[in-house]
Amino acid sequence: MRARVTIMLKPGVLDPQGEAVRHALASLGFQGVEAVRQGKVIEIDLAEEDRAAAQAAVEAMCQRLLANTVIETWRIEFPD
Amino acid sequence: MKAAVIVFPGSNCDRDLAVALRAAGARVSMVWHKDTGLPPGIDLVGIPGGFSFGDYLRCGAIAARAPVMAAVRAFALGGGPVIGICNGFQILIEAGLLPGALMRNAGLRFVCRDVALRVASDDSPFTALYRRGQRITLPVAHHDGNYVADAETLARLRGEDRIALRYDGPAANPNGSCDDIAGILSANRRVLGLMPHPERAADPALGGTDGRALFAALAA
Repeated sequence: MRARVTIMLKPGVLDPQGEAVRHALASLGFQGVEAVRQGKVIEIDLAEEDRAAAQAAVEAMCQRLLANTVIETWRIEFPD
Repeated sequence: MKAAVIVFPGSNCDRDLAVALRAAGARVSMVWHKDTGLPPGIDLVGIPGGFSFGDYLRCGAIAARAPVMAAVRAFALGGGPVIGICNGFQILIEAGLLPGALMRNAGLRFVCRDVALRVASDDSPFTALYRRGQRITLPVAHHDGNYVADAETLARLRGEDRIALRYDGPAANPNGSCDDIAGILSANRRVLGLMPHPERAADPALGGTDGRALFAALAA
């Protein structure tokens, strides 16, 4: 089973990279870009076939390693 | 004084730190990150700068979960002094031994230069030989040194005199750190994390000696 984890900075945490992308988009002439937030996506292939167990396992992975819980939030999806 | 310097794949200030500690009179053991314990009789643990594990995932994130870190955590919680410099500071934060987070520099650039600092607290085993308010110059070399913490954490750090070092005003702040914070102490004052490199300013041949007092205080 494949899990996809999307990690983003928490709302309110300044994202200097997202800001730089926003400025670059404006300089290319894209108008009306009000905000850009940059995050990361991690795909994990799991041997686990039970969805609930996989959800719990990936949740623990996020808490312990994949996300910095001080500044980041995460969303877990099972795209297949 | 016996010091342990932890070495991770990608550490690159480990030998500089060992040289500075030895110059101050310490005996130094290099400890590999896969070790599960510290050598007996250790008085100080140093977590050096560098790019542990290639800065993959987040700076310091993977090193903070290395096998040796359980022993470092136990040492720190037992009152043993631990210093983390640059990537070492990032590792201590990722390990939960210091609060807050270190984010990408506000200017987005890797900054490598000397910066002016003020010693904000002399109440620690690391800063005892400096005067509070003393202006010192140390080099920085980092991409992710922008210290952030929520308002409650910042208030606690200020109220408990746990900000050890500040950049000398907003103009000297190289990375956008809140409150110009360059280094902080743990609640028991035995863990110091700082972005500037005192070990690169501990020998006149390297252009400065303002970092020497930190190692002298630890070895005293």
